[in-house]
Parts: sequence; structure tokens; C-alpha cells
Amino acid sequence: MSRELLYGWGLTAPGNCELRTVYDEAQVLDQLSKTTHTIARGLGRSYGDPAQVSGGVVLNNRGLCEIGRISDEGVVTVGAGASIDELLQLSIPLGWFVPVTAGTRQITIGGAIAADVHGKNHHVDGSFANHVLSMRLVTPTGAHTISPNSQPELFWGTVGAMGLTGVITEATIQMTPITTDSVLVDTDRYSNLEGVMTAMFEGDANYRYSVAWVDCMTKGKNMGRAILTRGDHAGVDQVTKPTLVGPQPPKISVPFMPPSGLLNRASVRLFNEAWFRVAPQHREKEVQSLSTFFHPLDGVSNWNRMYGKRGFLQYQFAVSDDHSETVVNAIKRLSESGVASFLAVLKRFGAGNASPLSFPIPGWTLALDLPIGSPRLPGILDELDDMVVAAGGRLYFAKDSRLSPEKAQVMYPRLGEFRTLKNRIDPEHKLTSDLARRLRLVGE
Amino acid sequence: MENAFGQPQNVVVLGGSSDIARAITRKLCAARTSNVVLAGRSQKALDAAGDEAKDYGATTVSTVLFDAEQPENAAKTIDEAFAAAGEPVDLVIIAVGLLGKQEEDENDPEATWRMAAVNYAWPVTALAQLRKLMVAQGHGRILVISSVASVRVRRTMYNYGAAKAGLDRFAFGFSQGLEGTGVKMQILRPGYVRTKMIAGLKEAPFTTGPNEVADYVMRGIANDSTIIWSPPILRYVFFILRHLPNSLWRAVMDRT
Repeated sequence: MSRELLYGWGLTAPGNCELRTVYDEAQVLDQLSKTTHTIARGLGRSYGDPAQVSGGVVLNNRGLCEIGRISDEGVVTVGAGASIDELLQLSIPLGWFVPVTAGTRQITIGGAIAADVHGKNHHVDGSFANHVLSMRLVTPTGAHTISPNSQPELFWGTVGAMGLTGVITEATIQMTPITTDSVLVDTDRYSNLEGVMTAMFEGDANYRYSVAWVDCMTKGKNMGRAILTRGDHAGVDQVTKPTLVGPQPPKISVPFMPPSGLLNRASVRLFNEAWFRVAPQHREKEVQSLSTFFHPLDGVSNWNRMYGKRGFLQYQFAVSDDHSETVVNAIKRLSESGVASFLAVLKRFGAGNASPLSFPIPGWTLALDLPIGSPRLPGILDELDDMVVAAGGRLYFAKDSRLSPEKAQVMYPRLGEFRTLKNRIDPEHKLTSDLARRLRLVGE
Repeated sequence: MENAFGQPQNVVVLGGSSDIARAITRKLCAARTSNVVLAGRSQKALDAAGDEAKDYGATTVSTVLFDAEQPENAAKTIDEAFAAAGEPVDLVIIAVGLLGKQEEDENDPEATWRMAAVNYAWPVTALAQLRKLMVAQGHGRILVISSVASVRVRRTMYNYGAAKAGLDRFAFGFSQGLEGTGVKMQILRPGYVRTKMIAGLKEAPFTTGPNEVADYVMRGIANDSTIIWSPPILRYVFFILRHLPNSLWRAVMDRT
């Protein structure tokens, strides 16, 4: 038992919490009975404040890390604190890949369900919870086995709910079969946003995985120039030496925190320019490893330190196809403002699922990393919020660290439904987080 | 809760009707602040400041009355203000101060005691209670309004300067004791500000209005600076002034 400062991945708005590692369901139940303010935490990869509760008790789920046998059909039961990385170490050699992965392997299974993470295959396979067959959830009122069939309300109410319904202790997942650890990748470069959006709208259905990297710092006719990479798992006959090897640990680390401001307009512009020029105009069927394609940043540990002590945030929103102009306007607003933004990622979303708080809605999603520091940034992002609200879109709780409660209510119209469930299974509102308090997710 | 930019939602302002406090409160309410507790001496002045906070976006405003000449009641006032806030408090502003009239007060023990009580004893007593409550919360920010007058005490306002110097140094030590607690202390050192407090005094160089001070405070909060100078150039001006030989210091400062 120790009190320490907990942050999200963006290193902003810390909270001093008591961190306790839980190893089994009984301990979780015990903690829930003893504490008044508590939330589960995994690997702390959410950008803002969902995995901390200032002045309260944070349950570190990394003690719940057992990985069961993978059945012949690819079904596996995994402790909620096991990471996707740990699961892939075991599953890839047996020919199974996770059904959905975020941009990093360093997230826990519990976190993946709580944030209902999506990946490059959302337009085909949906989000993580779509592949969860059942899970164990410990609430202040008891432990439950829940599945989409047995207890749909609690199951879907837990998905995307950022841990506010209870502590997930394990989940049974349907894995995806693979025959090699390679991906066949097609890369295309587009000189403006319209080009890449048209190509994605028309062609993404031909690929299982697709993502575009967009330069949010060029203005004028090259505004939103982009590199689109799309691919599918390679078959044994499509690569010269088919192997099935799990992911490697990171080779490089950011050992200390450089001064804030290292990533500024000039350095990010330079990086974006280089990145764009290095990419090929058009290349087909390039063989890439699973790690290079899915988790490029996992090669560098602690890369979030690059932003310095002030930290950074990620702004990610989703809008439907009817409002694709919001993507254009948002990038325009940012490029005109000259705010440094690197790694803007554009993706297509397929259908959402039954969860009242899950983020994806069919259409587009754009995610941008932004350093804290520019005094204009808070106002610019508030303007973007208004654009997203006007388009009927929403922001992603796993990324948010600055939205207002009023706009969160509008973006998630089914919040009321979630609160009704919350009041039933956690009437004393023991499960709460700094995110829940900031956005008033659990009501007054 | 505070967001990634340090913008608070729940704010307690001690000395809530002071001009600088009101300017800061307006800016906070225009951003994310919805719940404001204003504490001060005059209900009427607090109500006016409260209406203003609502105009700028606050949804809940409550008021607490207290007398800064009674440091023994400071802890009680803090408790009342936190109870009125009802939720974890993200930011506490201590804008309690009394400029006094140096020449009239010099031979007046009672007035001298009053200067020490309002400018030093009340704020530090309040800080001790705030430390207890906010460290338990695990997060929060305290902004103490000090003054550039605290940097080097001068002939023409030594009563005020010495009390502020005490508060400023106390706050600096206090901030170091908060490391790792999730609570942050920031010290505002403004130069002359056009407010009720200095009405009638001759305008000194680097004088600003309260809205400019509030701008520097917003930036200081976003950057987590321990000391916020307003305007920022005073940091360098006072670095020089502080190191002048006494005769030169007197020659410069006794005239203004």
C-alpha cells in the first residue's frame, strides 16, 4: 500500500492515489467493500485521467495476469491485467492474433474492454468488445459472469465505460487465425486531404487494415497531404520465409525528460516533411512485420517523455460520413493556427456496437497528438469541440483530458441509460475516476 | 477536476471581491470553472462579484463571510468554504491583503498588528488548514497573491512589504513541502496594479490593470510556474533592484 502520483500517458493533471495491486477476485471484492472512491488501472496508456481517482484507491489489475490455453477454435480466457503484448508472445507462435489491437501492445485486456479500443480493422471487424465472448466483472454488489447473451445490459454497459461499472477480472476472447507473422502492405501518398479521403472511402473495403497519416501543418493546396497504408495478413505462400514469432521488446528508450518545447512548430514541421518525402508514391505488397505495421511506437519505450514535463494530449474525434467536411475543417483550423501537431491519424470506422458509451460511430475518426504549451491551444480545441458537436460527433474518453461536462453529455446521448445501470449496480458510486468527476459521467 | 491545461472546475476565492481576484475569476469562469465559492468581508461586494462570475459562465456561486483581522478563525473559514464547494476543490486563491498607510501607521501598534494579521497571520493559518484538506484530496492548486514589494522591503511601505515577504517565503517553503502530494502552490508577485487598493497612489513604472494580471496568472497556471511575475519583466527588474547597494536602492525606491 502506497500513495503515489498517477498520471495518464499524456503526463498531465496528476492525482495522488493509493495504489493497491489485486491478485484475485476475492481481493477485488474486499477492496470494493472497504473503499469509497476507487477505479481499476492497467498500464496507464489512456492519455488523460480515467485510470486515477485523486484521494482514492486505485486497483492495479496487473496482478490478474493469467493467460489460459488457446483452444483449437482460437478461444482464450485471459486475466484482465495481462497485456496484449503478453498475449501475443504466446499466441502468435500458435497462429493466433488478437482480433483488435490499439496502436500499442502495452495495454491490458481489462483496459481494452473498458475503453472498447479500436484498431486499423474497425471498418471490417468492429471494436475489441465485439470479440469478447464473456467476462467476469466485480461490482460492489457482487461478481458476475456476463456475456452479450446472458446479461446484455451489464455487458454492453461495461464496454467503453472506462471502468465505472466495476473491475473486470478476466475475459474470454475469440482470436483471429494467422499463418505468418507478416502483413502485406500497400502504401500510397496523396498530396491533399481530399485525395486520401476519396481513396479511403472507395477502397478501404478491399483491405482488412487501413490507416492514413495526415500532415496537419501544411496549408493551401497541400493541406492535409497524407500517406495511406493498408494491408492484410500474409499467407504462407505470399512470403519467402514464413515465420510465426512474437513481438520483440523495445530496443530504444527515452531515458530522461527533455525540456518542454523540443517538439515545436519548427521541429514537427521538419519531421512531417521528412516523413512525407521518405514515403513512396505507390508501393504494393511490401512485407512488414506485425509489430512494424501495428505498433511502430512500441519500439521506443517511454516515448511520451519526448514532450517534456508539461506533457501532451491527444485529440480524437469521430463523425459520420454525412459530416466528413468536419474532418476537413478541423485540419484546416489546426493548420491555419500553426499549432504543432504530429502523428495525425485518420481512419474509417465501421458500424458501432450496442454499448451506450463506446466511441466508434460509422464514418471517420481523426486523432492528433498536441504538446501542451501554446496559450491558444485550449481555445482552438474548444472550437473543434463545437464543430464536432454540430456534426453529431464525439470525442474518445480514453484520449480526452480537457473536454467540458456539458459537451460530453451532448456527444454521448445515451449517457442517461448508462447512469440508470450505474445506479443499479453501484448505488453508492464507489467506482469513480478523475475523468468521471471532470465530465460528470456518473451524475451529480 | 482540473483538466490537462490546468483549467479548474471548482474554485474557492479568499478575498473574492478584490479587483485582482475578480479579474482572475472572470477568466476562469470563461474557461471551465462552474462552481465558485467567494469568501470575504462584505456580503454586498461578494454578491456583486458572484453575479459577475455567473455572467462569465459559473453555474453555482456561494459566499462565505470572514474577517481577515482574526487569524484564529482562518481554519474555520477554510472548512466553511470547502463545505460550500461540496466537491473536491481544484483551485484556492488567497487574495487577502491590506496596503495600509505607512506614515500614519508607523507610530500605531494596533495598525501595525493589523497589517501583520491580515497580510501574514491570516493567510499562513489558512494555508496550514488548506494543506490538510487538499493533500487528503490528492490534487489541487493554491495561488497565493504576494507582491513584488516582498522581494526587498522599502522605506515607504515596510509594514506591507515585510508582511508580504513573510507570506512569500512561507509559501515558497510550503510549495516544496507539497512535492509528490498532487497539490501545487503558486505564488503571484504582481507589481503595481490599478485597483481600489492603490487608489490615490502615484502610478509606478510597469503598472498593469487587473485583467493583464489575470492573463499572466492563466499562463502561469498552464505552465506550473512556482512564481508568477506580473508583468513578467519584473522578474529581471527586481533581480537588479534586489542587488543594488542600499544607497542606490533608497535613491530609486524612496521617490516612487
